[in-house]
Amino acid sequence: MFDWLSDNRALIAAVLILLALVSFVATIVIGRKQSAIREKDEVFGDPERNKRGWYWAVCGVSALFLIWFYYSWGTARAFFPKAANELCQVAKLDEALSPINAALPATSRYYKSTTLVARNREQLEALAIPAGIFTAAEQAQSQALYAKVSSLLALQSDPSHLGQDARNELEALATGLSGLASDLEARAKAGNDAPSAEALAQPSWGTTHVEIPLLPETARGVAFDAIAMQASGLAKSFTRIRNHPPEAEALITEIRGEIDALQEAQASDPAMQEARDDFLKAFERIFRRLDDGTIFPAAALNGVEAAIDNLDKASMVAQGGLSWVAFAFFPGGEIVKSRTQCTEQGTGRWLPKPTDVVAQLGQLANPNLEDGGGFKGTTLLWWKWLPIADIVAFFVPDWIADVMPGDYARNNELGEVNPNFKDHVLAFAQGDIYMGAIPMLDGHIWDSLFRVIVALVLGVVLGVPLGIMMGVSRFFKSFFDPLIELYRPVPPLAWAPLILTIFGIQDDGKIFLLFMVAFAIMVISARTGASGTQLSKIRASHSLGASVGQILRHVILPNAMPEILTGIRIAIGVCWGTLVAAEMLAGTTGVGFIENVARTVSDYELIWVTILIMGVLGLVFDMCMRWVIHKTIPWRGKG
Amino acid sequence: MADLVATDLCMTFTNPQTGAKVEALKDVNFRLKEGEILSVLGPSGCGKTTLLNIVAGFINPSSGTVALDDEIIKGPGADRGMVFQQGALFEWLPVEKNVDFGLRMKKTGKAEAAAKVDHWLDTVGLQGFGKTPTYQLSGGMQQRVALARCLVNDPEVILMDEPLGALDALTREKMQSLVLELWKETGKTIMIITHSVEEALLLGERLFVMAPRPGRLHKEYRLPFAERGLNESLREIKKDPEFSRVREEILTMIWDMEEEIMGRV
Ligand SMILES: Nc1ncnc2c1ncn2[C@@H]1O[C@H](COP(=O)(O)OP(=O)(O)OP(=O)(O)O)[C@@H](O)[C@H]1O
Ligand SMILES: [Mg+2]
Repeated sequence: MFDWLSDNRALIAAVLILLALVSFVATIVIGRKQSAIREKDEVFGDPERNKRGWYWAVCGVSALFLIWFYYSWGTARAFFPKAANELCQVAKLDEALSPINAALPATSRYYKSTTLVARNREQLEALAIPAGIFTAAEQAQSQALYAKVSSLLALQSDPSHLGQDARNELEALATGLSGLASDLEARAKAGNDAPSAEALAQPSWGTTHVEIPLLPETARGVAFDAIAMQASGLAKSFTRIRNHPPEAEALITEIRGEIDALQEAQASDPAMQEARDDFLKAFERIFRRLDDGTIFPAAALNGVEAAIDNLDKASMVAQGGLSWVAFAFFPGGEIVKSRTQCTEQGTGRWLPKPTDVVAQLGQLANPNLEDGGGFKGTTLLWWKWLPIADIVAFFVPDWIADVMPGDYARNNELGEVNPNFKDHVLAFAQGDIYMGAIPMLDGHIWDSLFRVIVALVLGVVLGVPLGIMMGVSRFFKSFFDPLIELYRPVPPLAWAPLILTIFGIQDDGKIFLLFMVAFAIMVISARTGASGTQLSKIRASHSLGASVGQILRHVILPNAMPEILTGIRIAIGVCWGTLVAAEMLAGTTGVGFIENVARTVSDYELIWVTILIMGVLGLVFDMCMRWVIHKTIPWRGKG
Repeated sequence: MADLVATDLCMTFTNPQTGAKVEALKDVNFRLKEGEILSVLGPSGCGKTTLLNIVAGFINPSSGTVALDDEIIKGPGADRGMVFQQGALFEWLPVEKNVDFGLRMKKTGKAEAAAKVDHWLDTVGLQGFGKTPTYQLSGGMQQRVALARCLVNDPEVILMDEPLGALDALTREKMQSLVLELWKETGKTIMIITHSVEEALLLGERLFVMAPRPGRLHKEYRLPFAERGLNESLREIKKDPEFSRVREEILTMIWDMEEEIMGRV
């Protein structure tokens, strides 16, 4: 079932996209009708105007999904499942031609030769002869060297001096490329290239970790693949063409000889030797770039450029509708062929398709670890048997056994150890006695939830009484205020390194960190609530014979309830945020941990899945609290 | 003798910022016999609330004493019930839980408490509203709850600070009759502060007119109208020429005091 869903994700996406489109349009229609109806009974600014309106919510969600599908190329995959494979073949041709294109202005504005000439001239001009390194004769000689190098550049850039070999080779290349163009056009027109069986057996786009099937699956794809193969042969031959005009050869030998001679001679002033060596080395470096024949006259490449243009046009014709699909359905990026694979680049890469995120989530949620479910040996959210002894060990400290009278057992003369009562107590406190097991939730999500819940409970249990006392007592307020106000403004994550060092990277440290966060919030909110109790209510309860304790319990506490619950709601949000960050710092379980691992391996789908989980859980928390608030304090603000 | 006796009562407030002193009460002496109903009138700021708060035990006088049953009042207690201008109800509790609050604090048995609550809710005319949240009640109903909450506790003295001040005229009149009924039924000592001269005349068997700066008892009346109100309609009493005469006299008195204050400022 799951595999079937996974293999047909393109189809599922297609259905979902259509549904989203329909609901997007339908809700707009409903919304407009509703607004037209309501407009009559509600003037602008009436707070009632922002109530309800589920249809706009559906509309917004649909729009969000459509945008997500579109920019993640989910639409492309749903409706043009073969497009990526074909674009991959087109990308192959691009990749094959890239060495030739790199020499032409099409991709880089300038001819490569133009760039080289410009750079060499610039460096030559910038290289000044330091004073005093040469004798007068040498000085003159080196000045002449400058002129010679300059004329070498001219020789190489002059079409009339282009070597016959190079001329022939470039012509052959242009002919070859033209041949490719007509071949491509012919093949595209015929459309009878058959994909290989191996190609057809490839898993479809995006179903495995190999994103895009590499071998051509369509006639068009096969044509491009074949042309790309030939083009890469031509490109290889292009890189081997050199421009060595015969006049240049002589000049090169001459310059080299002169540089060598200058390098061999010593400076007249030994102190200048180093400067002299440096200058000559720099000069030689520029010259070296000129003697390998990679500079061509700009006009010499005209033929090749025209042929490439031709091939591009042929490619556009052969692509036909595919180029429109690429333009309209692959926004924000393109499919790129690198050495061994075709990959999505741009939004297609870092914005995974919704269906893929769900598939990834499904895989994570699979509780069967052997079957590749869960993450790093822990399920996402499942259950396990928790030995009661573990819980006991958590609550009963070991020193209980230490303070028992007597000594621990010792080995006797028979070489045996007979545990006594004290040993049994120790075993009990350490959780070594089996007392049965209870079912318990388990998994990354539960670990995160558990940390938040424990910290929150501790924060509420300790924070609310203190906050209430601070709200009613001068001593408590003044004594604890500086303490709390000093630690509270520090961002929780600033405490993290310290606390993780003290308490360890396991649950203890994180729980304590979250406790600190929750505690401060609870103290402050309970305090605000308590100190906001109306004097007349307090006086009334005094007159009704309530004691101080009773007033605290029956008047001040319930009166502070709205603030306390709001405090809990805020604390949950802040704890949740802090927790995920703390889990990213250290630990081996938790939602933050998953994201941290995903980050280090750039697994964008996993990152989005964790983001999704965190968002949904945060939302669920908040909705629960809103429900609790609604149920428990309907009287809020009505006193 | 459960009399309420004030002896040489003085109260001076000091503004903590400016250090200015306000003599809210000066040499107040009175004796309120058990079962008497007293209304207190006076211009704004003459120390009525201060007097009531001292009697309730919420604040301590600068000098002098108030005694109930020959016992000097040192703090708030269940023997002196209090009704505030705004009910000061516990909005998180339903009506019946508000009413039996005092009983619960005394840990009275459930059945007994329930019976008392029923009785008093009946008396104030709120039968069947036990489970209603207080914030769903109207202002007059809330005031009835406050009355019931106070009465259920069976205090010796009932103190009311402008209890009907926030009600509309009609509700107010009904509530005035209710107060008189309760007075008759329970025979409790009642002290009512009010801004309305008519109300003071109708409800007060005795009436104090207080004067400001320093706050003091200016004049005392003994009036027959409360007694008559037990049997006659309040509207009839208001038509009585004697009623009108006293009303005009007191109004003039308070008016003069206000004038004097204005003049001084
Ligand atoms: N806590 C306080 N601190 C300082 N001054 C106070 C305080 N309470 C009351 N006063 C002053 O004491 C005087 C009497 O106040 P009180 O509230 O008793 O007047 P009142 O007669 O109840 O007025 P009203 O009819 O407006 O309620 C006023 O001048 C007031 O400013
Ligand atoms: Mg007052």
